[in-house]
Amino acid sequence: MYPAPFRYHRPETLEAAVGLLAHFGDDARIMAGGQSVIPMMKLRMGEASELVDIGRLPNLSYVKIEGERLLIGALATHAMIAASEDARRVPLVAETAGGIADRQVRSMGTIGGGLSVADPSGCWPTSLSALDAVIQVAGPAGSRSIAMADFVQDTYLTALNTGELVTSIEIPIPESGTGSAYVAFKRSASAYPTVSCGVQLSMQGDSCSAARLVLGGAGPTPILSVEADSALVGEQVTAETLLKAAELIVAAAEPPPDARGSVEFKRAMLKNLVVEAGQRALARSQGEQIFGGHRYA
Amino acid sequence: MHEQAPKVVVDINVNGASYQREIEPRLLLVEFIREELGLTGTHIGCDTSYCGACTIILEGNVVKSCTLLAVQADGRKVETVEGLESGGELHPLQTAFSEHHGLQCGYCTPGMLMSAKSLLDNNPQPTEEQIRKGISGNTCRCTGYVNIVKAIDAAAVQMWEG
Repeated sequence: MYPAPFRYHRPETLEAAVGLLAHFGDDARIMAGGQSVIPMMKLRMGEASELVDIGRLPNLSYVKIEGERLLIGALATHAMIAASEDARRVPLVAETAGGIADRQVRSMGTIGGGLSVADPSGCWPTSLSALDAVIQVAGPAGSRSIAMADFVQDTYLTALNTGELVTSIEIPIPESGTGSAYVAFKRSASAYPTVSCGVQLSMQGDSCSAARLVLGGAGPTPILSVEADSALVGEQVTAETLLKAAELIVAAAEPPPDARGSVEFKRAMLKNLVVEAGQRALARSQGEQIFGGHRYA
Repeated sequence: MHEQAPKVVVDINVNGASYQREIEPRLLLVEFIREELGLTGTHIGCDTSYCGACTIILEGNVVKSCTLLAVQADGRKVETVEGLESGGELHPLQTAFSEHHGLQCGYCTPGMLMSAKSLLDNNPQPTEEQIRKGISGNTCRCTGYVNIVKAIDAAAVQMWEG
């Protein structure tokens, strides 16, 4: 399979990239690592006559801590993030990166790309929604920040305007007593998750002081539920209370039936994932150093 | 866009030799390797970034060459299965795959070898679980992976102990 013909552009600076994107408007497609964009182009999903390869832009490939924030450049690969000691300060981040697809895809795929594609089954849009992540973008009108909660708007649709691209992701480093986890159910390493769940919990003693649950592959955008989060606050976090919260958030989910599973199967799996991710987040909030993995069929 | 796209000139180092070619930007790296250079050891399996038959090493990183444009490798170093042997001597991984029957039909083998090489380059003494994770992006429909894992383990021991 070949992509349809396109003109190829490889800008050397962010300013040049933004200039090209502004010039070509909707005719342009941005490629970073290409791990989503190339399969989509081969399947002829969408037309783009101008391919802007931002993969070699300087100074966008880093993972570092500044003050109380974890900063990740848009061109940091999943492999780089998975291997980063700094990323482990927010365990959900390292865990997400290390579980995406397989080693080959993680070598090339980038966090900025994974976010911007906004595939409903994609890992980054789901897992970053469990945190108070902020997306920094650059565009013809200058730079701005977008809260993660506002970033994904629909299937393959983000808050990015024409000509804008993600430059970095900022994640607050949680205080002690907070733990996070991300678990996906996958048919195989190379496959997109069937469904997934991200959790961040803050504990005061035995009692939960704040919670955020998010489901992936469960609708066009990451699914959040204030009711489910509230149900955990003030409670002990146990399999029972997590299951109660899971019932509430899964009620808000609309997983599409497809080759990966029926609606009933996905709902049942999501409930299991909430409990598993919740228990892992709880253990981490208590200071346990655990490295989790995904569930495989 | 239906007219011919302007071609681009790339210079890609494959197994130590430099190749300059004028190509269509949409040419996939795997096609560049197979069609432009005639190195047909790298296979096209699923052509959808799933099976890993097309796995090669780019600048030390294991990648799926059906999911890269050749232009992404411009100015960079590529290793393919043809680069494993040196001076007519098989690489220890190739010998181990042969000795442990780490293949049946052999279609996935070039990709398996490259994933295994990258694994051992980065982790010379992997556990069985690390070997299995190291080849989790490579699909084999014949062997059930048992002999592939054995072969990689044997090669690791051989390369470590010399």
